[in-house]
Amino acid sequence: MAQLTLQQLEKLANIIRMDVIKMLEHAGSGHPAGSLDQADIYTALYFNILKHDPKNPDWEGRDILVQSNGHCVPVRYAAMAHAGYFPKEELMTLRKLGSRLQGHPERTALPGLETTSGPLGSGLSQAAGMAMVLKMQDCNRRWVYCTVGDGELDEGNNWEALMFAGKNRLHNLIAIVDRNNIQIDGNTEDVMPLEPLREKWEAFGWHVQEIDGHNIESIIDACSMARAIVEQPSVIIAHTIPGKGVPFMEYDYHWHGSPPNCTQAKEALQKLRSLNGKISGDHS
Amino acid sequence: MEMFLVANIGSDDIAQEPTRAGLGRGLVKAGQENKNIVGLSADLTDSTQLGAFAEAFPERFVQIGIAEQNLVTVASGMAVMGKIPFASSYAAFSPGRCYEQIRTTICLNDQPVKLVGSHAGLSAGPDGATHQMLEDIALMRVLPNMIVIAPGDSVEAEKATLAMAKNGKPNYIRLSREKSPVFTTMQTPFEIGKAYVLRPGDDVAIFATGTSSYQALLAAKALASDNIQAEVVHVPTIKPLDQKTILASARKCGRVITVEEGQIAAGFGSAIAEFLSENLPMPVRRLGMQDSFGESGNTPDLLKKFGLTGQHIAFAVHDWIDHMPQYHR
Repeated sequence: MAQLTLQQLEKLANIIRMDVIKMLEHAGSGHPAGSLDQADIYTALYFNILKHDPKNPDWEGRDILVQSNGHCVPVRYAAMAHAGYFPKEELMTLRKLGSRLQGHPERTALPGLETTSGPLGSGLSQAAGMAMVLKMQDCNRRWVYCTVGDGELDEGNNWEALMFAGKNRLHNLIAIVDRNNIQIDGNTEDVMPLEPLREKWEAFGWHVQEIDGHNIESIIDACSMARAIVEQPSVIIAHTIPGKGVPFMEYDYHWHGSPPNCTQAKEALQKLRSLNGKISGDHS
Repeated sequence: MEMFLVANIGSDDIAQEPTRAGLGRGLVKAGQENKNIVGLSADLTDSTQLGAFAEAFPERFVQIGIAEQNLVTVASGMAVMGKIPFASSYAAFSPGRCYEQIRTTICLNDQPVKLVGSHAGLSAGPDGATHQMLEDIALMRVLPNMIVIAPGDSVEAEKATLAMAKNGKPNYIRLSREKSPVFTTMQTPFEIGKAYVLRPGDDVAIFATGTSSYQALLAAKALASDNIQAEVVHVPTIKPLDQKTILASARKCGRVITVEEGQIAAGFGSAIAEFLSENLPMPVRRLGMQDSFGESGNTPDLLKKFGLTGQHIAFAVHDWIDHMPQYHR
């Protein structure tokens, strides 16, 4: 695959956002806020960062991507379809009977998914298990990436995984936290405060970077940096705006798990088209 | 089928060993045969008998600490990368504490993780009800893709461990802390998914699993002196059930009793009752924990208190025969 320019990546992220809106409207259920705000991260992953082969999903040299926040799988499906894992038309089967695109990712349903996830808090420990195996094999050419929602950090299983990865110095493990500050019942700091988040990860032995999660260049650079850290697992806290790209969804936790209706979808698509790929974060 | 059981069943001098010891031996052998076998422990390495494996293959042993949710999910991740993880803890903690992770990341994900639940049943004895896992059969056998095994003794546990290492599926093996009689030999057949008629009879079929099968043998011996011929069927694989063997014994005897060291609700006896209700309906008497927790005490005393010794089983059989006709005869 030819390397896309930054501008092309930004445009593609916006197309993926539009796909997400169409998929969720068609499905009649699903989680728009996180799917939209990770469009830049998933575009950067599938079209720049990951070593992978869409035509050979089990390729032995591939990097691994675990999606602990499995409810955001629409953005992953959209990115995978554009990367060539399956036909784009299949995106509209999301959440429908007989579809390979299950409501939450299922490894056995779709080639290219490494795990089954959705119940929150257990992706990072699976990713740690994978990284542990690569370390046991002295493999220095493969990386395990894991996207984690911020709200799911309420789950204790994550902190078990943090300790484990820190203890074993799993330098080949890179977590990306979608720090959008919302979860179902409200803002994360109201539901169950996570701050000081950076210090918590650091205390568990992780190398921490904080970036604007809508700046694709920053995402790519942060992953390069993370790969250069050889003694610690890495986390990239990506500050994002929930619902990014659709003004009436942005910052509003009510869009965590409600799909747009037909009218809302039309408006959302219109807004996204007018952006023409010009997404900018408010954190940079 | 010849069972090659030991000759001194019922005698005080029968060799005794905890079933978990068989897991320990089997895992070292499995590790020698296959370098993809890895062992994971949640700070209970020696008591769950992973110590020998950890010593033989330190590079393939992973210490998780006291974190059972992490234990099973790290195992799942290792399985994704081609390993065959044996993840051990006390049954009260795994599967007790990490059910959803087992369901999603191992069963739905269909990964060949081998869950080792030691100290199951009443075998945790003096530790009391907190540590006596009586609900694990119920929890594990309702999970799609999961295979559930409760070996009868340590020799069978060793064979089961070797078989689990090769079957490519999620497995749960239920083991005991306390010593129990070794009634099988290396020649005794064992295959995952098979039940075995240890002693033929035609008045009543006693289906038993785990170490309860020895108690069933004792019961059958006592019953024989009262001229009751009990067929003892040892069912080490609780899921999938050996339907053919179970059906044949139930049809032949027309009366069925089940025995397990666990809750009868949704447990092993329930599995037998479910199966027979659809294929050969008849009343099924289930011996086991009757909707109660255990308590501190020595395991033999607990087995007496909760009616799970050979003597109690024999008594229950008498009672059952007095009340029930032979069905389908």
